[in-house]
Amino acid sequence: MADDKDVLRDVWFGRIPTCFTLNPDEVTEREAEPYYLLLPRVSYLPLVTDKVKKHFLKVMRTEDVEEMWFEHEGTPLKWHYPIGVLFDFHASNTVLPWSITVHFKNFPDVDLLHCPTNSMVEAHFMSSIKEADALKHKSQVVNDMQKKDHKQLWMGLQNDKFDQFWAMNRKLMEYPTEEGGFRYIPFRIYQTTNDRPFIQRLFRPVSTEGNPHTLFDLLKEMCPDALTKDGEEKRFQVVIHGIEPLLETPLQWLSEHLSHPDNFLHICIIPAPTD
Amino acid sequence: MSDSAESPTETQKEETQPPPDDSATNDDKKKIDVLLKAVGDTPIMKTKKWTVDKGRTVQSLAQFITRFLKLDASEQLFIYVNQSFAPSPDQEVGVLFDCFGSDGKLVLHYCKSQAWG
Repeated sequence: MADDKDVLRDVWFGRIPTCFTLNPDEVTEREAEPYYLLLPRVSYLPLVTDKVKKHFLKVMRTEDVEEMWFEHEGTPLKWHYPIGVLFDFHASNTVLPWSITVHFKNFPDVDLLHCPTNSMVEAHFMSSIKEADALKHKSQVVNDMQKKDHKQLWMGLQNDKFDQFWAMNRKLMEYPTEEGGFRYIPFRIYQTTNDRPFIQRLFRPVSTEGNPHTLFDLLKEMCPDALTKDGEEKRFQVVIHGIEPLLETPLQWLSEHLSHPDNFLHICIIPAPTD
Repeated sequence: MSDSAESPTETQKEETQPPPDDSATNDDKKKIDVLLKAVGDTPIMKTKKWTVDKGRTVQSLAQFITRFLKLDASEQLFIYVNQSFAPSPDQEVGVLFDCFGSDGKLVLHYCKSQAWG
């Protein structure tokens, strides 16, 4: 599947134009100009916002600065979700650039995890990869890797090195041909209509009859309400990496090509825009 | 996500009397059985098996263990699934049970220091 490699590249290099503005309640010594940045979809906010922090700290006094956090239209943004997921879920049908408000006080402990250093992001990222591999290969692939291999995955993500990351990540994408896919597909479904953070359950890439499961099969099983019934107007969009993949796309293919670097397929179910 | 930590709702079970296999005790599917195991020099809990709300977070469970064992609250407690990965603190135990539970229960290891990568 030589052509499909382009998909991996397109996913990796996906960017979201973003405008950061300082929360107006912050105490500043002079007015803070907004800061514009192209955010990588597959990365995490703490890894790519050093410049944002530096920019706003210029107009603030050190004693007014606590842990930095981000918010979009009143919703605190979870740093441990990939940036692309945050955008698709909270801001898909809003105008670009994505407007993010920067805060330096009143950290919302109830909504967000603290992130004192980037080693927190690394620990979270590696844990997600291990969790995904527990589903895909009973942890066999990730356990066979050495410490330096794990480091290569993390450094690849942190430094935006596609080749470095994928040279190692392709091992996590292998499976025995006769099985037709992974043991289970690591996925998370986010719904605006659900109080729970996300749906994650066991789901195989191939049916008991041997047919490949599709995105449609997964949604039918996990959240049938998200599907449009015959004669009904479309109420929800099913978004992965900013696009609506065809529902007949095989799930195994999606898992191999549209998963985030954490090896999970993140699926956002959002209300369809009404004109 | 830690609001329930002050008043744990677990019902203690006799470890010597595991629930019957037909899981009649869990008719109410909102609860799951969790088996808590200590790693390294972290103190063990005399009662290992607990019934926990599916929606309870890993963080709130860690806070419960910390208080139960009277550990220093400022110390981080690490929780592991399958002795391999540490789920995110805001992860629901119900999700972990659905994906990694076996024999009607979820086994979690807890540790005062990082035990597995």
